[in-house]
Amino acid sequence: MITIDAAGMHYKELNRLIREGIGKGIKKFFLENVNGQYYIGDGIKGDDVVININGIPGNDLGVFMDGPTLIVNNNAQDNIGNTMNAGKILIKGDAGDVVGYGMRGGKIYILGNAGYRVGIHMKGYNEQLPIIIIGGEVGSFFAEYMAGGIIVLLGLNDSDEFDSEYFASGMHGGTIYLRKKIDFSKYSKDVELYETDENDMNFLKKYLIDYADSFNIPSEEIMGKPFYKIVPSSARPYAHLYTSA
Amino acid sequence: MTKSSFSNIQSEYLALIDHNKCVRCKRCIQNCGWGTYSFGGDKILADHSKCVACGRCYTYCPEGAISIVKNPTVIRENANWSEGLIKNIWRQSETGGIVISGMGTTFKYKKYFDHILLDACQVTNPSIDPLREPMELRTYLGKKPSRLDVDLDENGEAVLKSKMPPQIELQTPFIFGAMSYGSISLNAQKAMALAARALGIVMNTGEGGLHDDLVPFGKNIIVQVASGRFGVHRDYLNSGVAVEIKIGQGAKPGIGGHLPGEKIGADISRTRMIPVGTDAISPAPHHDIYSIEDLRQLIYAIKEATDYEKPVSVKVAAVHNIAAIVSGIVRAGADIVYIDGYTGGTGAAPNIIKDHVGIPIELALAQVDERLREEGIRNEASIIAAGSIRSSADAVKAIALGADAVAIGTAALVVMGCHVCGKCNTGNCSWGITTQRPELVRRLDPEVYGERLYNLISAWSHEIQEVLGAMGVNSIESLRGSRERLRGVELTDAELKALGIKHAGL
Amino acid sequence: MLRIKNKFNTERDISGCGLCGIINAKRVKTNGSDIKKAISIEHDRGNGLGGGFAVYGNYPDYAELYAFHIMYDNLPAKTDVEEYLKNNFIIEKEEPIPTFMTSKIYDHPYLHRYFIKPKSDRPDKLFHELGDDDFVVNSVMLINQNYDGAYVFSSGKNMGAFKGVGYPEDIADFYKLEEVEGYMWTAHNRFPTNTPGWWGGAHPFTLLDWSIVHNGEISSYGINKRYLEMYKYNLALRTDTEVITYILDLLIRRHKLPVRLALTVLASPFYQKIDKMNGDKKELFTALRQIYGSALLNGPFAIVFGYSNGMVAMNDRIKLRPLVAAAMGDFTYVASEEAAISAVCPSPDIVWSPKAGEPVIVEFEEKKIPQKGGLISL
Repeated sequence: MITIDAAGMHYKELNRLIREGIGKGIKKFFLENVNGQYYIGDGIKGDDVVININGIPGNDLGVFMDGPTLIVNNNAQDNIGNTMNAGKILIKGDAGDVVGYGMRGGKIYILGNAGYRVGIHMKGYNEQLPIIIIGGEVGSFFAEYMAGGIIVLLGLNDSDEFDSEYFASGMHGGTIYLRKKIDFSKYSKDVELYETDENDMNFLKKYLIDYADSFNIPSEEIMGKPFYKIVPSSARPYAHLYTSA
Repeated sequence: MTKSSFSNIQSEYLALIDHNKCVRCKRCIQNCGWGTYSFGGDKILADHSKCVACGRCYTYCPEGAISIVKNPTVIRENANWSEGLIKNIWRQSETGGIVISGMGTTFKYKKYFDHILLDACQVTNPSIDPLREPMELRTYLGKKPSRLDVDLDENGEAVLKSKMPPQIELQTPFIFGAMSYGSISLNAQKAMALAARALGIVMNTGEGGLHDDLVPFGKNIIVQVASGRFGVHRDYLNSGVAVEIKIGQGAKPGIGGHLPGEKIGADISRTRMIPVGTDAISPAPHHDIYSIEDLRQLIYAIKEATDYEKPVSVKVAAVHNIAAIVSGIVRAGADIVYIDGYTGGTGAAPNIIKDHVGIPIELALAQVDERLREEGIRNEASIIAAGSIRSSADAVKAIALGADAVAIGTAALVVMGCHVCGKCNTGNCSWGITTQRPELVRRLDPEVYGERLYNLISAWSHEIQEVLGAMGVNSIESLRGSRERLRGVELTDAELKALGIKHAGL
Repeated sequence: MLRIKNKFNTERDISGCGLCGIINAKRVKTNGSDIKKAISIEHDRGNGLGGGFAVYGNYPDYAELYAFHIMYDNLPAKTDVEEYLKNNFIIEKEEPIPTFMTSKIYDHPYLHRYFIKPKSDRPDKLFHELGDDDFVVNSVMLINQNYDGAYVFSSGKNMGAFKGVGYPEDIADFYKLEEVEGYMWTAHNRFPTNTPGWWGGAHPFTLLDWSIVHNGEISSYGINKRYLEMYKYNLALRTDTEVITYILDLLIRRHKLPVRLALTVLASPFYQKIDKMNGDKKELFTALRQIYGSALLNGPFAIVFGYSNGMVAMNDRIKLRPLVAAAMGDFTYVASEEAAISAVCPSPDIVWSPKAGEPVIVEFEEKKIPQKGGLISL
């Protein structure tokens, strides 16, 4: 276990200390006074490494990450979990734009809201199943080009508003679960909306319980409302767009 | 609306068989990836509409019985309404699709390289004999400090104070441009990997990830990170000598890419780390780069992931404001900038983009080099010029205009038999290059074409040495950016100014 | 018509040449007769369109002041330049450069010298904090570029250049160098090939204490020039000599490289040789080439360059130009031809031909024996 006071520290130094620590076999890191340092968790490995972050981490939190767990006790900024391969990121506040871009595996749990383009071009591969669960609301271009994995949008504040436009535009893989019914006609023509069945809920349950446990909220509250499921109409949305010269 | 299968478009080529010579061995049927030939019981039949003039059939016809000719049936000539325009209207009215094709533009724009002449020594300084005296082509790509920092040791000998930033060492100033596994076959990539290793240069994975078979070639590979992030993970970033962020491509500036699901078989799926059969879509922008400071963010995300041991290259298409763009890229921390001119190739791109967007590499390069020098930051990054480098002469001129090295793509494919038919997008390449059909890929022997690539680059390197010798210099760095050794012919004042060279005679 | 600046429509001014240098490591002074005699032996290496000398230690009374030698085409130019000098410098003394009519040099510019130092409250201080040397460099470039009809051809301390259009022995008579004394002399005989001679273009080329005489046409001029322009050098003369001087100024004065290392940049070893060096040295030389590749002088050259600490002579890395060196007591001689040395030092202690790209460096007040780069083991 190691505690690093990141006050005034450049990201290069902070991340070097983390990499060195992991190299020495340290499993638990406590980063204090973090404020805007980029790339925390960049490209690090180790399924049992846990980095606890106090303060606001900078952009690209967990970029290229391959196994460890990052716990953020505040809000976080943009590009969380960018091109992430494995691991877990918990955000106890809100997240910025472009969460989980090109993410191939691992989990991102956000207690609050997330910004624009959440889950953009997220993709699953073989046993790797990336999962993003957002407690609050999201901005537009949600799940743009989504190619695989699971995104769950809980809307825990139970508001009737749903402001996200260009929803799931270009989605051609994966599944989105919504804890509210939306007026589907307003959204992407690339996707289809279904009510969840028992199989869906059994599948989701373990993630929702994990999510609830992560943030110490009762899982019954989350699962007390019906979920809807969104899947792409086609894995080849653009097959007919082109003609060969 | 009723659908009609009737098409106005007539065959572009005729596949003519001399039945007197033909011995019905059926090799043409086997070799044609397009299905042009079939056996009609007693003779070979040709469906001309399928022929793309890829040249495979006549190359492999043992009797020389095949000739491919342009269909003499004319569309009435009209300089305004060219055949191509008319056919595209028919094509699009029949399908409703965006017209796409492979390779670079086929438009006849001015080729500036062909209007630049090289200098040679006469009397006042001597030429050097490149065959018998040293003639250095070694090139290092990467950030160079503006000055050397040294300390003196106890013996008064200078020692380096700080380590050089990481560099890619090339034995000759050529690299193979980025062509992904998916856009080309694995065997085509292997041929380049074998050649790169033998030559002491590098190839580039393109955006399709790194196949397991290429991992042992890491010292001769640049791995690419494009907007689709296919196959990108921590170990991938660390598996080559450098990492390239692909922003754009000369053939299709500003647009993304799209490898159709039918090309995503098991092997490509594993390399790109996406499921079999889904479209591999590369978004137009990187969605973590909407501004120059975001590029810096990704450059340093990669540097952090590679512990600052790999140079980071940024590849951009040559567009109107390229000088300012590259200046920004250099200031964002790129160690190498790869500039791809508008005649560069592609696996597939809409013709509207390919034929009409971007600017020539010669002008882009000249402006970029000048701009970086004006700003005093030319040393901060190496420049790679690309976009149809067709010969060693093009390479020499590009280097004299300011490039550190040049990249070749199309020329490398031509080595493998490509006849530049431009049908890469269809996946039917008879030469086994731009296809994933196993029976076609199998015919491209990486060893054979690796050796031919080696031969080509060796020959071009010798030619560069000849030019250096004639110019009286014995190191490529004395040519790099030396525009004084270039003169223009048949160029306007504006063109000469953009190129930063004088007209011949002056 | 008399020309002090290069007004010819050429991208660059190139020439063939002969050169000589004499240094006394203990700063014992000699007058200009030896150097004149030596360079006159190399008469046929020039064509009468340029000759010149640099001498060090000739202004002991004004050793702390910058000695500006300026040539003027006309008197209004002199008025303009002097106004600039008065605004920016304290002028301790000024006078015409002594010249003597000879039948050989009948057409010459007006030649004047100034012993000056930059004012501490000069106007440019309002904008930046330039050191005196940098300010002098800027002033020289400013005058040479912007003041039509005026050309600064010497600007160092306790040294001076004396040059013009003519054979060097005639130029020596014109400036009466037999009456000038110094502890280091360099000389040059010019054979310009693509311009008629012009006064400013004669060698030595000088900047501050640097003085260069040079033989050969540099084939890498184009990139050397563009490289220097990146560091804001204004290459107004378009001569190789100017390029070499500025490269040395950049490397030694601005980048603070040891002299020997800076010279290595000009004629760096081939990679074939570097690859065989040991770890640290290989890394150093590789870095040197990676960083300073554009400053490599490629093509034929032999140079003799003087600076306040001594003299260096070297040639290019594949020895396309001749260079001979000799030592006699505290004196070291270098020249394009051995006969030039022999004329003034008939029986030296040693004579040798420096190896390609390996400098002969002689510094004052240090070892008496010169560091004989390229001396084949005795």
